[in-house]
Amino acid sequence: MTSATLRSRAWKLLEMVTTPLLPSDYLDLVSPLRAGADLRGRIEAVYPETGDAATIVIRPGRGWRGHRAGQYVRIGVDVDGVRLWRAYSLTSPARRQDGRVTITVKAIPDGKVSNHLVRRAKPGTLIQLDQATGDFVLPQATPAKVLYLTAGSGITPVMGMLRDTEFDDVVMVHCAPRPQDVIFRNELHDLVADKRLRLTEVHTDTDGMLDISRLGELVPDWAERETWACGPAGLLDAAEEHWRDHGVQERLHTERFRPSIVVAGDGGEVTFSSTGKTVDADGATPLLDVGEESGVLMPSGCRMGICFGCVTPLKAGAVRDLRTGEITEAEPGVLIQTCVSAAAGPCDIER
Amino acid sequence: MTAIDPTAHLTAEQIEELGRELDAIRDEVIASRGEKDAAYIRKVIAAQRKLELVSRGVLLFSMFPPAWLIGTAGLSVAKIMDNMEIGHNILHGQWDWMRDPKIHSTTWEWDHVSPADQWKHSHNELHHTYTNVVGKDNDLGYGIMRVDEDQKWHPFHLGQPLWNFLNACFFEYGIAAYDLELGRNLSKHRRKNPEFRARAKAVGRKIRKQVLKDYVIHPLLSGPSFLPTLAATFTANLVRNLWSHSVIMCGHFPEGVQVFERRSIKGETRGQWYLRQMMGSANISGSKAMHFMTGNLSHQIEHHLFPDLPSNRYAEVAVKVRALFEKYELEYVTGPLPKQVFSAWRKVFRLSLPNRKPEVETPDREQELVAA
Ligand code: FES
Repeated sequence: MTSATLRSRAWKLLEMVTTPLLPSDYLDLVSPLRAGADLRGRIEAVYPETGDAATIVIRPGRGWRGHRAGQYVRIGVDVDGVRLWRAYSLTSPARRQDGRVTITVKAIPDGKVSNHLVRRAKPGTLIQLDQATGDFVLPQATPAKVLYLTAGSGITPVMGMLRDTEFDDVVMVHCAPRPQDVIFRNELHDLVADKRLRLTEVHTDTDGMLDISRLGELVPDWAERETWACGPAGLLDAAEEHWRDHGVQERLHTERFRPSIVVAGDGGEVTFSSTGKTVDADGATPLLDVGEESGVLMPSGCRMGICFGCVTPLKAGAVRDLRTGEITEAEPGVLIQTCVSAAAGPCDIER
Repeated sequence: MTAIDPTAHLTAEQIEELGRELDAIRDEVIASRGEKDAAYIRKVIAAQRKLELVSRGVLLFSMFPPAWLIGTAGLSVAKIMDNMEIGHNILHGQWDWMRDPKIHSTTWEWDHVSPADQWKHSHNELHHTYTNVVGKDNDLGYGIMRVDEDQKWHPFHLGQPLWNFLNACFFEYGIAAYDLELGRNLSKHRRKNPEFRARAKAVGRKIRKQVLKDYVIHPLLSGPSFLPTLAATFTANLVRNLWSHSVIMCGHFPEGVQVFERRSIKGETRGQWYLRQMMGSANISGSKAMHFMTGNLSHQIEHHLFPDLPSNRYAEVAVKVRALFEKYELEYVTGPLPKQVFSAWRKVFRLSLPNRKPEVETPDREQELVAA
């Protein structure tokens, strides 16, 4: 018998000992970061960066497979008791000695998770982690000249790159409303002092928005540079157009943050994605009825919100609780009770 | 179905107003649910796991009587916590709002021979929707007992004190059978129904796992303490069953609780539904520890009004609900555990016999019920 089969038999036996729970339910009590556990991390420190941004130092569990500079990670944080998932760029170099990783978060107005992380997160807290992903990364072959074009918190993935790999010739153009809003400003200026970086700060409150068509005035050789750009959609759209117009689009790499913002309305187009049906629904009819009327097989029970026999994943969009008026937006792992929820705008129900 | 309808003095408008006031109580709790509540259930779950682990550990040495006693007591409490404050409430979806897939009504499994999903159907759906409606709510007498004067008496009912006692001892099996609607489904042609067979198989699997764990694996692990550990686990299961049966009997059986007719719920409004839950349930009074050990089912009335609110909030909700009972001049049936258990058992005994002849002019409430 190989050791793998031996181990799996031992595990089976252990499962019989702990049924109906799993051995991991007990192990999680003592060692939530162990190898083989669901991937989690522990917040070890929180450092303020600017008035509304902070760097969170995370010790990932043993199952963490590492990351490449520029990638992001999805984290699940409990805010007011509710688990919410968001993606943040990793700002630590890939091979940090102590095995920890950092994300740098800017609190956005009404952002539940970002405000929680920046202002309330405490060292010692466990969070849920996914493996790092994303292809906004540096190539294997070293480019001769590099340009980083960033705005606001778009600097975070680029900072991960900057800290990870040194190039001979690096220029950065970074936009932020005011000098004090520039995340990592001291570190950037240290790099400049060491002549390892040429930096142009655009302070949009005083200088106005960056006009990409005049990028040549700031970086004359921009078209020869391998460029990584990250920031709001407007900036990226303009950059893509500019690079395309000059026929050098293959030199531009962009990273876009959360593209879609859910606008909660009243009623909307409901997609039952497993069945492939799409129907219009008003804002007052329970989705359970909407589904049944269009011939989708919907599980149900009490039909009044008490039995939880109708819970179904909400894949996209938003729904309104007909009892409380509360809006629920789609996020991975969000289940809704279809008997007491109505469409609040277009939505996608997994049925 | 009692002779005197205790809600007769309420107008239709009052009943709807009552419903709105209850909705407001519910909204308040939902708006204030948060970190503290999440921390509460996590703490309870962690405590239960530690207690079970330690108790099982102690039982490895159960050939020594003090170890047997401590281990058995600990395991009994752990099993009660698992079923009552944790399992029952999570399976009601009370903690789904946390969006933690590990503490969720769709993923939770409990230390019980009835698989969670089957129990959710018969309990959350049938019992909670049709609370105390004769013929629709099988919790009324679990299909083996007569619990209301209007139910037809049959000589079989003579034995119901005994059935009830046996049901209490092996309550988890009783529940599993009841979730399967065994009585009805064992008839010849239903037995072959593939859906029923699949469910019966699932129950079989669950029973096998539970029995294997409690009566084979853990005793074997105890080596020379095999037999004492076996006896300990049996005792713990027995204690848990007797306890949960008692608590649950107190929820709907004590005197003063109303039972409803099928036709009375036709076209029921939200207010009327609430009213039925109020009149169909009974509480147990007592200390904090007592409420905890009953999984807050001691707040049965509040639980039936708001089955999906987190259990740790029922105590504060109860104060407001009770005030509404007073406002609308309704009877809030409650009492200490021994009194409620006694009351429920007395009913079981009384109704094992056919109804007495109606008596004339009975001023006292108890008598009225008997006469009904
Ligand atoms: S059908 Fe019972 S909660 Fe939706």
